[in-house]
Amino acid sequence: MIGPILVLDDLVKSYGALKVTDHVTLDVGAHEIHALIGPNGAGKSTLVGEIAGTVAPDAGRVVFAGEDVTAFDPARRARRGLARVFQTSRVVPGFTALDNCMLAAAVTDGSAYRFLAAMAGEKRTAERARAALDRVGLADRADVLAGSLAHGEKRALELAMGLVQEPRLLLLDEPMAGTGRTETERLTELLASLEGEVAMLIVEHDMATVFRLARRITVLISGAVAITGSPDEIRADPTVRAAYLGGEVAR
Amino acid sequence: MIGDALLSRLVRILVHPATVLAGLALTIALGQILGQSFWVTLATRAAILALAALSLGFVLGQGGLVGFGHAAPFGLGAYAVLIAGELGVREILVLLPAAFAAAALFAAATGALALRTRGVYFIMITLAFAQMAYFVFAGVSALGGDDGMSIAGKATFLGAKFLRWDVNTAWLALGLLTATFLFLSRVQHARFGRVLAAARDAEERVAALGWSVYRVRLVAWILAAGLAGLAGALMAEQTGFVSPALMNWHRSGELIVMVVLGGARKLSGAIVGAVVVVLVEEFLGGVTEYWKLGLGVLILAVVLTRAVDLSALLRRTAR
Ligand SMILES: Nc1ncnc2c1ncn2[C@@H]1O[C@H](COP(=O)(O)OP(=O)(O)OP(=O)(O)O)[C@@H](O)[C@H]1O
Ligand SMILES: [Mg+2]
Repeated sequence: MIGPILVLDDLVKSYGALKVTDHVTLDVGAHEIHALIGPNGAGKSTLVGEIAGTVAPDAGRVVFAGEDVTAFDPARRARRGLARVFQTSRVVPGFTALDNCMLAAAVTDGSAYRFLAAMAGEKRTAERARAALDRVGLADRADVLAGSLAHGEKRALELAMGLVQEPRLLLLDEPMAGTGRTETERLTELLASLEGEVAMLIVEHDMATVFRLARRITVLISGAVAITGSPDEIRADPTVRAAYLGGEVAR
Repeated sequence: MIGDALLSRLVRILVHPATVLAGLALTIALGQILGQSFWVTLATRAAILALAALSLGFVLGQGGLVGFGHAAPFGLGAYAVLIAGELGVREILVLLPAAFAAAALFAAATGALALRTRGVYFIMITLAFAQMAYFVFAGVSALGGDDGMSIAGKATFLGAKFLRWDVNTAWLALGLLTATFLFLSRVQHARFGRVLAAARDAEERVAALGWSVYRVRLVAWILAAGLAGLAGALMAEQTGFVSPALMNWHRSGELIVMVVLGGARKLSGAIVGAVVVVLVEEFLGGVTEYWKLGLGVLILAVVLTRAVDLSALLRRTAR
C-alpha cells in the first residue's frame, strides 16, 4: 500500500492571541480527493499556506511524500510535486495564457538558467502547456494576455498551470470562487476526471462541488479539526450540522 | 493626421537602439576622419555610460530590482584595471574579465544579503553597500585615497599597444555596448529573462510554481554588476584615471535617471537615456553650471506629462 501523500502532524499557528491553526492533524491519501470546509475565518487559507510553505507554523510538521518539508521554502515544495491554486488568481498579468502555462510547465522541463534560446521556441514545453489549456477549455484563449482574461478564465488558467506541473498533490483554495454556475460545473467535472491521477486537497464553500468530489471531508472550526469523515458521515454529524452546515446540507 | 503619424514615426526611429548605436558609430568615424577628437571622446563616454545604464536597466526593468548602488560595481571595474596595472598587467583580454569578476564578486556578496529585502529597504541597503565600497577605496592611500590616481598605462591587445589610440577605445566601448545589448535582448526572451520578469510581476506565483526567485534574481544581479564592471574598466582606460568619485552615489542616481528617462521596460531605453543625459550634461554643462537643472526639468516633464519615457514624451509634445 502507498502511504499518504500529505501528513499534517499537530500543526499550530497563532496570530497574537488568535489561534488560527489549533493542533491540526490530517492526512491526504496518495490519490485521494480531500475537502477542507469550514466557516469564514476558520483558518482554511492559513492551513493551505502552511502546506504550501508561505506561512510558517509555530509548531508541528508538514510531511509531503514521506519527507519532512516543514523547513522547505515554497519553491522547493513545489519541485517535490506540490501545486497550488490560489484563492485569488495570481497569474502573471503581462504574460499570455500560453506563456503563463509554459512558465508552469518549464519547471519540470529543466532549469531557469537558459540564457540564449528563446523560451517561445521550446517545443515540448509549449506542447504540454497547450494541452493543459485545452483541458481546461482555454485553447482558443492561448494568446490573450492573462491580465485581460475574464475572472472565470483566470481561475481556469490557474488550474491549467496547476495541472501542467504534473503534481502529486493539487492544493486548491476555493478554485470555483466567483465563477458562474456552468463554469463551476465544468471545472468540477474536470477535477472529478482527474481522480486517481493526482491527489487533491480542496477548500470549497460550494457544497454541491464538495459532495460531488470529496472522498473524505475535514471540517475546520476556529482553527481546529471538528471532524474528518466520509461525505455521509459529515452530512449526518449533529455538531457539524449545528455549527456549520445547517441548512446547506438539507438543501 | 498625416503630420502627426509622420512625426511619431520619426521619433520612434530616432530613439530606436539601432539609430542610437549607428549615431555613435558615425560620430566616432567622423570625429576620426575630421580630426575632431572631442567627438570621439564624447561618443566613447556616451557608450561607456550607456553600457553601465544598460546593465542597471536589465535588473531594474526586467527584474524590478531598484538598486541604488550601481556605481559600486562600475567603480570596482575601474579599480580592477588600476590594481592590475600596478601589478604589471595591461592586457585588455585579462583586464576586462578581471573587472567583470571583481564587480560580480562584490555583487554576489552584497546581493546575497540585499535580495532578502524588498522595496525601500532594498534601495537603502544597496546604497549603503555602495557607500561602503566608496569609503573603503577612499581610505586606501596606496591607491590614491580620496584623490584617486592614474592608471599605469593604456592597455594592450594581444601585446599590441592598441588602446593607445583613443579611437580604438571608442570602438571597443561601442562594440561591447552593442554586444551586451544583443546578448541581453536574447536573455530577455530566454527562460532566464522570462522567469525574472514573471517574478517581477507575480513573485508569489512564480515561487509557488517551483522557481527559486531569490536565486534567479541573485544571478541577474551578479550578471548586471559584471557588465557594469566592464563599463568601469573602459572608463578607466578612457580617462586614464581612477578615483572613488566613480562610485559616488550621484553616479548611482544618474544611472537610474538614464534608465527611467529612456524607459525601464524596454532594454534599449537605458541606451537612449544615457546618450540623452550625456548630451545634456555636455552641452548644457558648457552653457551653465546648472545643467542638472536642465536634466531635472526634463525628468519633471516626463513625470508630469505621465509619459512613461522620453520617446512617449517626444511623441506627445510632437502632437
Ligand atoms: N497575516 C495575518 N495576520 C493576522 N491575522 C490573520 C492573518 N492571516 C489570517 N488571519 C486571521 O486568521 C483567521 C483565519 O483566516 P483564513 O484566511 O485562514 O480563514 P479562511 O478559513 O480561509 O476564511 P475564508 O473562508 O474567508 O477564506 C481570520 O480571522 C483572519 O483574519
Ligand atoms: Mg480562505
